[in-house]
Amino acid sequence: MSATVVGQSSAKPSEPKNYLNADHTLKSWLLSVDHKRIGVMYLIAVTFFFFIGSIAAAMIRYELTSPKGILLSSEVYNKTFSAHGILMVFQFLVVVVPAVLGNFLIPIMIGARDMAYPRLNLLSLYMFITGGFLILASFVLGGVDAGWTFYVPLSTISETQISLCLVGIFITGFSSIFTAVNFIGTIHKMRAPGMTWYRLPLFIWSHYATAIVVILGTPVVAITLFLVVVERGFGFGIFSPELGGDPVLFQHLFWFYSHPAVYIMILPAFGIISEIISCFSRRPIFGYRFVAYSSLSIAFLGFLVWGHHMFLSSQSVLQGIIFSLISFILAVPSAVKVFNWTLTMVKGSVHFSTPMLYALGFMGLFVIGGLTGLYLASVDTDVHLTGTYFIVAHFHYVMVGGTILAYLGGIHFWWPKMFGRTYSEFWGRLSAMIIFIGFNLTFFPQFMVGYLGMPRRYHYYYFAPEWQFYHLLSTAGSTVLGFGFLLPALYLTYSLFKGKKAGPNPWNAKGLEWEYTSSPPITENFTQPILVTDSVYDYNPAEDSKMYEVDEEATVEDMNK
Amino acid sequence: MSHSHTKETDGPEVYFQYEDIEQQQETYLVGMWSFLVTEVMFFGALFLIYTLYRWKFHDDFYLVHEQLNWKMGGLNTLILLTSSFTVALAVHFAQKGNTKLQMRCLFATILCAFGFLAVKTFEYGAKIDHHLLPNHHFQYGHVEGEEEHHVESKWDKMLPSVLQVEKKEQHGNPQRARLFFSIYFTMTGLHGLHVIIGIICFTALMILIKIKSSLITDYVPTEMVGLYWHFVDLVWIFLYPLYYLIPK
Repeated sequence: MSATVVGQSSAKPSEPKNYLNADHTLKSWLLSVDHKRIGVMYLIAVTFFFFIGSIAAAMIRYELTSPKGILLSSEVYNKTFSAHGILMVFQFLVVVVPAVLGNFLIPIMIGARDMAYPRLNLLSLYMFITGGFLILASFVLGGVDAGWTFYVPLSTISETQISLCLVGIFITGFSSIFTAVNFIGTIHKMRAPGMTWYRLPLFIWSHYATAIVVILGTPVVAITLFLVVVERGFGFGIFSPELGGDPVLFQHLFWFYSHPAVYIMILPAFGIISEIISCFSRRPIFGYRFVAYSSLSIAFLGFLVWGHHMFLSSQSVLQGIIFSLISFILAVPSAVKVFNWTLTMVKGSVHFSTPMLYALGFMGLFVIGGLTGLYLASVDTDVHLTGTYFIVAHFHYVMVGGTILAYLGGIHFWWPKMFGRTYSEFWGRLSAMIIFIGFNLTFFPQFMVGYLGMPRRYHYYYFAPEWQFYHLLSTAGSTVLGFGFLLPALYLTYSLFKGKKAGPNPWNAKGLEWEYTSSPPITENFTQPILVTDSVYDYNPAEDSKMYEVDEEATVEDMNK
Repeated sequence: MSHSHTKETDGPEVYFQYEDIEQQQETYLVGMWSFLVTEVMFFGALFLIYTLYRWKFHDDFYLVHEQLNWKMGGLNTLILLTSSFTVALAVHFAQKGNTKLQMRCLFATILCAFGFLAVKTFEYGAKIDHHLLPNHHFQYGHVEGEEEHHVESKWDKMLPSVLQVEKKEQHGNPQRARLFFSIYFTMTGLHGLHVIIGIICFTALMILIKIKSSLITDYVPTEMVGLYWHFVDLVWIFLYPLYYLIPK
């Protein structure tokens, strides 16, 4: 990106100050309104919730290694998969990319000193943590057995800790709404002079689309889940069939949010992938405007397809056909993105660094996840596949294979910027490959066993012991996957203390965050006001390929020494 | 974070993340409007539920709605419309820099808000005494073996007769009545909660103005609370006809 620094440059301070060493007290962290510190605190919080959710996943996988179940009773199994779903969806996937990378990067990428509303940002962090701990408290005090979807009437009559859990989710929901309001205010009003909409990095576009989905969708699920609390707490009967209320209406309202919610999870991931692919192919993104608009059209169309979760409910055949048709149309903008990323690499100077390996892994898994989604979007195949492990495999391909791989790619890409240290490239590439292999081993067998009819949410399958083979493969894969997830946690933490100092721009990437800030950035992000004069992705593959030659020569020399 | 980035002037203070006061004010308003969009969606789901049920059970809803006194609802509508007017005046005086009149208008708004809650208390109190709170004690219509289902309410007695809930016979299906009151209490309850939040916001705003807090640098905070209050008012403008004035 071309931008110029306006005004006189001040003399360099002898000891480089940055947002990490600006102040060392605990209070300066806990009450910080600096978007970078808040991003780092989110990083710690979501990692914690991910860890707990993973333990639940491990218990599920262990249980399913035997056709008769091993460890858990039916009730405990219900509570385990509910805990896994609730934590992973509400406390991890929905927030992970926007809250960690979005918070850290959006102001820097657009040339602002901070978010539009820094105090609101801090409030969302604490609401997120409060919500998370209420959810955890509900698990400790007896668990929740209605799944993450909380379908009525089960959720209104179940005698578990559903009310407390729903209050937690409600608070977390408002935390994401406040984050989204912050993003909208920031992206609309805080851009540096010259940072026009079409000069914005695609990371910003996808976060903008996400924020719109959040402010339109999240309040609907918040009120819907609140109504369940009201029914449980006050004995009202809004969805109660005895009174003439309609339980399917709950499903409609729930999926009105929860289908767009999958775009809340995946759109920010798309933004990361656009940045990484473009940087490590040394080419401007192919069809910038198409990629930007595809984010917006996914956000828009995402609100019109919720009925494809309900083909087997009481909705009419006509409704089913319409929802099915729009779901197919929705595949188009997603495909536009994948084709454009692929075309970005064509004639580029592709370099397989760790973030790029994660991004390529994302593309493979997302394509599988997306295409299997079409089987579920068409009414007649869905009738056979719904409620089976085929669905479980499908959304794990999109959510884990998509969002988490992109998130890890983004974390590896911006880690030197966030903490000023580089990690071991060897371990990074190894972890990307282990995760890719472990992931496919875990979830591909689930497509097959789901196609054969294994129902989801069952903790046994003694009626079809031949499925054990697939479950064993899946559990073995999940062990590899778990190990793969542990690796980055270890070597990234290690790099904080022992990693080599990263320069301001270790990847020679483009963008304000790389070219005009130090690593780690200072509290005000930029030393001088910024004036943007050209587009974001001015990579040049022919010239930039020489850069790698120099790199590799240096590596060879290092090794010879 | 409250140190000023731009050079010191006599104008309002600019937070460090903004370039100038225009940017700060516009950004505040963008945020507030975005938040109001979420509020619209928040209540929108409830209005959808209401619409579907009324469409499905129109006759029962008509019969049950006679248990609500449209004069009480009308009184509250009047109170809230007045409060919207006083808020608009408060913003006007804030822009003019007339703090004294601004404070008076804000105070009048808070009074109106309390007036609204008082009316609502009488309504809710009478409903609860009449066993119309839709929980497990809910009772509606003619009960077998009883001459007349009729309970006195201390709340009703305190009111002039015109504002009392008329002791009409309870017609319509009791289950639908419970459904009706479930969404009635949920929607008006949530709206009442918004009124309480409004009172808290106005009180905080008045205190901050009174102590000349650095948080209040210009009229924009007043305008933002005002926007919120107009929204609360608007929700009631929809609630009133939908619940109190159902046509036959």
